[in-house]
Amino acid sequence: MTKPIKQGEPVTRRVSRRGFLITGFAAGGGLAVGLTPGGMTDALAQKVLGTAGDEIGAWVVIKPNDDVVIRIARSEMGQGTLTGLAQLVAEELDCDWKRVKWEYPTPGQNLARNRIWGDMSTGGSRGIRGSHDYVRQGGAAAKQMLRQAAADLWKVPAEEVTAANSILQHEKSKRRTTYGKVAAAAAKLPVPDLKTMKLKDARDWKIAGKSMKRLDTLDKLTGKQVYGIDLKLPGMLYASIKDAPVHKSTLKSYDDSKAKAMPGVKGVYKVGDGAVAVVADTWWQANKALEAVTIVYDHPSTDGKSHDTVTSESITEFQRGGLDATDNIVVGNKVGDAAGAIAGATKKIEAIYTAPYLHHVTMEPMNCTAKWTADKCEVWVPTQNGEASLAACAAAAGLPPAKCEVYKIHLGGGFGRRGQQDYTTKAVLLAKQMPGVPVKLLYSREEDMRRGFFRPISQCKLQAGLDAQGNLVGLSARISGQSIFAGILPQVLAQNQGQDFLAFQGLWPIDGPRAAEGGFGYTIPNLSIDYAMRNTHVTPGFWRGVNNNQNSVYIECFMDEVAKAANKDPVEFRRALMSKDPRTAKHLRVLDAVVEKSGYGKPLPAGQFYGVAQQMGFGSYTAACAIVSVSDRGKVTVHRLVMGTDCGHVVNPDQVDAQVVGSVAYGLSATFFEEITIKNGAVEQENLDTYEILRMADFPEKVETVTVPSGGFWGGVGEPTIMVAAPAVLNAIFAATGKPVRSLPLKNVKLRT
Amino acid sequence: MAKLNVNGKSLDLKVDGDTPLLWALRDQAGLTGTKYGCGVGQCGACSVHVNGEVQRSCAILVKDLKPGDRIVTIEGLSPSGTHPVQKAWLELEVAQCGYCQTGQIMAAAALLKKKPKPTDKDIDDAMTNICRCGTYQRVRAGIKMAANGGKKVPG
Repeated sequence: MTKPIKQGEPVTRRVSRRGFLITGFAAGGGLAVGLTPGGMTDALAQKVLGTAGDEIGAWVVIKPNDDVVIRIARSEMGQGTLTGLAQLVAEELDCDWKRVKWEYPTPGQNLARNRIWGDMSTGGSRGIRGSHDYVRQGGAAAKQMLRQAAADLWKVPAEEVTAANSILQHEKSKRRTTYGKVAAAAAKLPVPDLKTMKLKDARDWKIAGKSMKRLDTLDKLTGKQVYGIDLKLPGMLYASIKDAPVHKSTLKSYDDSKAKAMPGVKGVYKVGDGAVAVVADTWWQANKALEAVTIVYDHPSTDGKSHDTVTSESITEFQRGGLDATDNIVVGNKVGDAAGAIAGATKKIEAIYTAPYLHHVTMEPMNCTAKWTADKCEVWVPTQNGEASLAACAAAAGLPPAKCEVYKIHLGGGFGRRGQQDYTTKAVLLAKQMPGVPVKLLYSREEDMRRGFFRPISQCKLQAGLDAQGNLVGLSARISGQSIFAGILPQVLAQNQGQDFLAFQGLWPIDGPRAAEGGFGYTIPNLSIDYAMRNTHVTPGFWRGVNNNQNSVYIECFMDEVAKAANKDPVEFRRALMSKDPRTAKHLRVLDAVVEKSGYGKPLPAGQFYGVAQQMGFGSYTAACAIVSVSDRGKVTVHRLVMGTDCGHVVNPDQVDAQVVGSVAYGLSATFFEEITIKNGAVEQENLDTYEILRMADFPEKVETVTVPSGGFWGGVGEPTIMVAAPAVLNAIFAATGKPVRSLPLKNVKLRT
Repeated sequence: MAKLNVNGKSLDLKVDGDTPLLWALRDQAGLTGTKYGCGVGQCGACSVHVNGEVQRSCAILVKDLKPGDRIVTIEGLSPSGTHPVQKAWLELEVAQCGYCQTGQIMAAAALLKKKPKPTDKDIDDAMTNICRCGTYQRVRAGIKMAANGGKKVPG
């Protein structure tokens, strides 16, 4: 008998274990998938709605009743990009925002129409910054077509027709009509060349730049929102899967005799090289039966070491070797002669920092529903990249992409994990073994944990030299770590002479080709930042913020160590290094903004300390100031955290605030608690009882955002600020205890002795 | 077979007694607003009310429930979706991906029933649900707003 867990009782972190598409507009036109939300047990038959008659260019559908349906190509996973993109289209369209609905065009339609909606990939904080121009052009083109349609109707020049708030007017003849009334005529007009569209100046925005309410909130508060995990199709069966806990290992044999006899079980199938799936009437039955399957694996070896003998310790040892290696070193940022300058310095500082593997833990575990026939394969999937899902579906189905279709469903979190398509591939490989039957494959949380795509493990050796006046004369940073590209996108590595440029996120030369993405904000006369790639069999992945997160801890925490050695205030020490080059002026401006807002330097209550950090990433400039205390027993309290961002343009201030504050939870959860460790080649943490995550009580008492958009560029928002939350807090801890924190998570670190 | 009282209705569900309530609700009763997050009582995405107490439905077996036990899911919290917590959540745009929010709302509603004017400590103790989007600050503000008759409480 299981004792129910009541909320309000302290939940122990170890609990004993027993053993349609929803568009915002279901009735809408266009090419979206229309699934009837209805009763959750009802069939949700997908259908491609086709009301081509009122499609006004690719991005806008206007209904006769004046509803405006805006197509969204990127995936919504909580980050608000859906609403922001709709705002940008609506701004140029000059429509009535209250009538705006949305829909996802399908990846199959995108393919059939020569990628008219562009890139569907949603990662790297690119949702808005990667599509702001063409979606606005799409809105502007639709407006031009509507004006032309009214002009044709009234037999007047189009230039004399004005459009605002979904109303068209001809001033001279005092005539007016609505978008909906001329939509059908507008839809028949040729779409103008988008490149010729003149876009509004951001200063004239009325819909963009404002804190419009999200378009996708209501159903999330009532349980009506359908996520991939909630989908139900007629005749659908449920599946649970187990792939090799040691990544890259393969299935040798399995015994499913017990499982096959269990209630509800329809079949046990091999999926791919390493996985076994059980299909049953309900997911619980499938998962229970899966636990009764015994599986034997074959483990490959790397450099004579069988993968099932690998441990976190052996990986750390292996990567430590990279810190002083001289072969195959990739230089990311080099100025002058760092080694020489440090060797000749009055004072030398050296430290080694480490960062563990991390798991994404989307609240909704990985899932995909697939239906395969010899003629067509369809998948319903929460995905960050609909086109990648289509490619994975086609490859697994053994069908051309034109015979496949992907229906994107709201994501219960993404954070980079749902850019990978392992679950799409597996769902299709499984469905292919049951032609005509829709199968919903859902990973158990345990499977989701074991088969993660982890933020890669790495370490960094830092050295600095100060002159007699405490000026920084040289800085070197050697990163030794696992490459994401090598693990999951080897073709990118191959295109770059085997070098992983992503290892240097946020540290790229300010005069180099990636400066606009993440230029290093300090001017140091002798600088060396390089990288020794040290890969393991454990699969790495893009984890919200990616390599920026550990790079910022390495550089920004070490910067405070060096400032202390120089007897200088950390902010003043940074300012001196950020004032020498006009190309770092925006970095400094954001740091100054958080310094001002936080009151940095002003007296604090006893026991509280400031800590700052800054870095540029995903095209945005960020900085943070933390105010922290550390109790006598080593408990950390973050009293206040001021988060600064210059993302160029702000499309929805309230959603920028939501992203920045939310990113603090993600970043500090990793800082305080999160760690994936490897034993016998496999992930040790199989659920949230062993993989701790930050909760309400651990969240800073107050997080404030300072957004200082300087215009002239478009930076990302979903990820950048994560990277400064951790070092700001760690630097405040350093100020409080006098001891730098060089390894994470903090739960493993004794802050007071 | 199990007889359960869910959202005021008596349901006969074809389910083994050792099935967790979560899966009976989701796969058999079709009430998918109650979410699977971890299955081990950690994350709170599956929070429902049983006889007025918030509980994690993944950690309750169907056989341990009596036909008279009153189970309320997010779908039954307020038929019109206008519970004060839901209204505050809408006003403050608490949800991001939204996956954990039904559980957060059930936990918050139960807290306010017990403690109509919760302190920050009460909120910390009661709201142990995990949110990966990191909406904690707005969850707290939403609870305070709901407790304040729907008026925003300056943070």
